[in-house]
Amino acid sequence: MYQQDWPYPLEWDKEEVIQSEVLILGGGIAGCMAAIAAARQGLQVVLVEKGATKRSGAGGSGCDHWESAATNPCSKVTPEELAKAMLEDNDGFNNGISHYIECREGYDRLLDIEKLGGKIRDTEDAFKGAEFRDERTKLMFAYDYENKYTIRIWGSTFKPAMYNELKRLGVKIYDRIMITSLLTEDGKQGGRCVGATGIHTRTGKFYIFKSNASVMCMSRPARVWLFSAALPGLCEFRPTQCIGDGHAMGWRAGAEFTMMEKSVGAEFSASGKSYPPYGAGNNHNTWYAASLIDSNGKEVPYADRDGNILEGVSDRFKPAKGQRFFMKGGNIDNPKYAYEGPETLPLSKMVEEGYKLPFYADLSALPDHERKVIWGMMIGEEGKTKIPIYKNYKDAGFDPEKHVIQCYGRGWTSASFLPQERQLFGLPGGFLNDWSLSTNLAGLYVAGDSLFASNCFGHAATTGYYAGRHAAEFAQENGLMEIDLKQINNEKARVYAPLKNDPHNSIGWKELNMGIAKTMQNYCGEVKRNELLNIGLSLLKEYEETVIPNTFAYNPHELVRLLEVFDILTVSQIILQSCLARDTSSKPLCFHRGDSKETDIDKNNQFITVKQVDNQVHIGRLSLNYFGDLKENYEKNNKDYIGGGNYDAR
Amino acid sequence: MMPDKKICMPSEMPAANPIVYNKEKCIGCNRCVEICQVDILIPNSEKGKPPMVLYPGECWYCGCCVMECPLEGAITLRHPLMNQVHWVAKESLMNK
Ligand SMILES: Cc1cc2nc3c(=O)[nH]c(=O)nc-3n(C[C@H](O)[C@H](O)[C@H](O)COP(=O)(O)OP(=O)(O)OC[C@H]3O[C@@H](n4cnc5c(N)ncnc54)[C@H](O)[C@@H]3O)c2cc1C
Ligand code: SF4
Ligand code: SF4
Repeated sequence: MYQQDWPYPLEWDKEEVIQSEVLILGGGIAGCMAAIAAARQGLQVVLVEKGATKRSGAGGSGCDHWESAATNPCSKVTPEELAKAMLEDNDGFNNGISHYIECREGYDRLLDIEKLGGKIRDTEDAFKGAEFRDERTKLMFAYDYENKYTIRIWGSTFKPAMYNELKRLGVKIYDRIMITSLLTEDGKQGGRCVGATGIHTRTGKFYIFKSNASVMCMSRPARVWLFSAALPGLCEFRPTQCIGDGHAMGWRAGAEFTMMEKSVGAEFSASGKSYPPYGAGNNHNTWYAASLIDSNGKEVPYADRDGNILEGVSDRFKPAKGQRFFMKGGNIDNPKYAYEGPETLPLSKMVEEGYKLPFYADLSALPDHERKVIWGMMIGEEGKTKIPIYKNYKDAGFDPEKHVIQCYGRGWTSASFLPQERQLFGLPGGFLNDWSLSTNLAGLYVAGDSLFASNCFGHAATTGYYAGRHAAEFAQENGLMEIDLKQINNEKARVYAPLKNDPHNSIGWKELNMGIAKTMQNYCGEVKRNELLNIGLSLLKEYEETVIPNTFAYNPHELVRLLEVFDILTVSQIILQSCLARDTSSKPLCFHRGDSKETDIDKNNQFITVKQVDNQVHIGRLSLNYFGDLKENYEKNNKDYIGGGNYDAR
Repeated sequence: MMPDKKICMPSEMPAANPIVYNKEKCIGCNRCVEICQVDILIPNSEKGKPPMVLYPGECWYCGCCVMECPLEGAITLRHPLMNQVHWVAKESLMNK
């Protein structure tokens, strides 16, 4: 042991009360855009962020492609077609509302962000003449070059641009505060949301935020099945501090969730196992459509969805004969035939045919524009690539014209995992929303990756802005409410309790996280059985009653890490409850039951919803089509916006 | 009893050493400390000296600390060994 002075003032038990009309919980992509929307309506906005808003969140360091910009001037796909495809591709288990908003308003937000200083087009003509570039608008497209609805962007410029706009608009930004609970009217579960509490991650000071309306923007859960005590920052794909606090506090406050039974076999950057995302050889997302070669330099052919071999590189960006458009990118894992794009022949088949392992991604074989747009634009602008991949590999001598880079897994996975190692990835469960992106708690709106079946940067920005607009409307009609003192005092006692324990005979956050992850692997792995799920629940209950009271933290930073793990435990309970509520297997939910042979019977082709009422779990069912006609309902709910947005002007 | 200003740290060998400071170049402005969303860095108790990496295992390897630094080469981000990817000259494969 060594001793070290904590570098910041300690303010345990000090308290500050902050008022606002609209309170933004989390300062990532969705949170920043929600704050901008509400502030533009002239409201007093407070944004609270656990890290540093200027670069916080999954998209803080960058993002290379903006999906679903269906209203951009070059797009040949309508918002209606694209949203329908996203629903069909998931057999209806998708968020029709939020993805329609994404398709409909995505390009408006891009133009917005461009005005703030974000770079969205090739103004220097660096890619003049490239097949993926529109010469008039200088926009650059990815994947389907004929239909042009995914836009390549210089995403590393976006977050600082949003941050400057927040400051310009007078949004009060509180960085380094972890929101720990939602406050409800009279302290009742299910009551109107009237604010939140927080704790400073450096000083330990307690904060009370009162507001007319709030927007939940804290992304999604992680580290539920996957944990590495040695490298907790490399446990999952999303940032270390994004582990689902929002879901946990929402659950405690009575918010309703859906699709929480869905998890997928781990794919990405997990348990300290995987190679760096976008830093190993592959031909997905950022690396689309790199050539793959075997270790004798023989190229793996690309084929269309019908198995026809594609001769030219150009053909990798075209829909198949008779296909309207194809889908690629973060939302799409195993596309349905209707939307399936070009792909290399399966690597396992290639090995059978005598191709030699390992395989490599080969950019040298691509036309100049394609190579340069992958290495230097996409790799560089994509999150977590500018420094650790682009700069460091270049400094170490990597030359994309000469070198080929090794592949370590199928597709983009770059690792292999055990079946019980699972993740909330792709389009996982989350907060249930209505057409104003309101939760079931009055005054609590939700955006970005906190929403059920959500994913992607453009989705976060558009739903953020939309939720900010609707929260502002609510805030104009509903004033501040008194907060419940008992709720404050209980929360204060909860968050500070670990500080009073003796470190010599208590356990820390890593040990608890590891215990929870092991429990979930054991009892909620690939195959679900009621008896196992129930053991999982009772073990977590035991942790809650006997372990949590005996945890400790040395300082505010470690206290925050510990409170996060308390939230991971709550999230695990939501998942187990949701799994128990679904009695048969469901392919679109990657949900496999070992104790029921039935699959996809009508009754189970519905959303299952979960929430707490008087601390009892309530299960509900909801039609997959609960949002009705997308265009019609969107227009009914956004009359003011449609007049002022860019959609009609194109 | 709440913990006071002295904190105890177990002196365990870290599993990774993500951030390396160059003492000659770093001016100790702490911009890297302020930008890190995971908050793994702390200011040096000596003014003007490079910050300290308090929680190396929690690094998310986003590179924002390096992007924020005003001085080229003052701070380096380094993937753990097991994350370091292999590449070869294509020519060496073709001539096998
Ligand atoms: C490496 C990487 C590359 C990606 N590339 C792309 C891409 O090219 N295209 C694409 O469309 N998508 C991409 N994505 C996905 C995209 O970045 C996310 O979907 C999007 O950023 C989600 O936005 P969000 O606002 O919901 O969450 P985030 O932007 O992650 O923001 C959540 C914020 O909440 C804060 N927070 C969490 N808990 C608390 C708490 N208790 N109190 C206060 N604050 C809290 C966090 O600190 C964080 O700042 C990528 C993601 C990663 C990780
Ligand atoms: S590394 Fe750079 S940003 Fe960090 S303290 Fe030194 S000079 Fe400042
Ligand atoms: S790479 Fe990212 S997480 Fe790691 S120290 Fe730098 S800013 Fe923090």
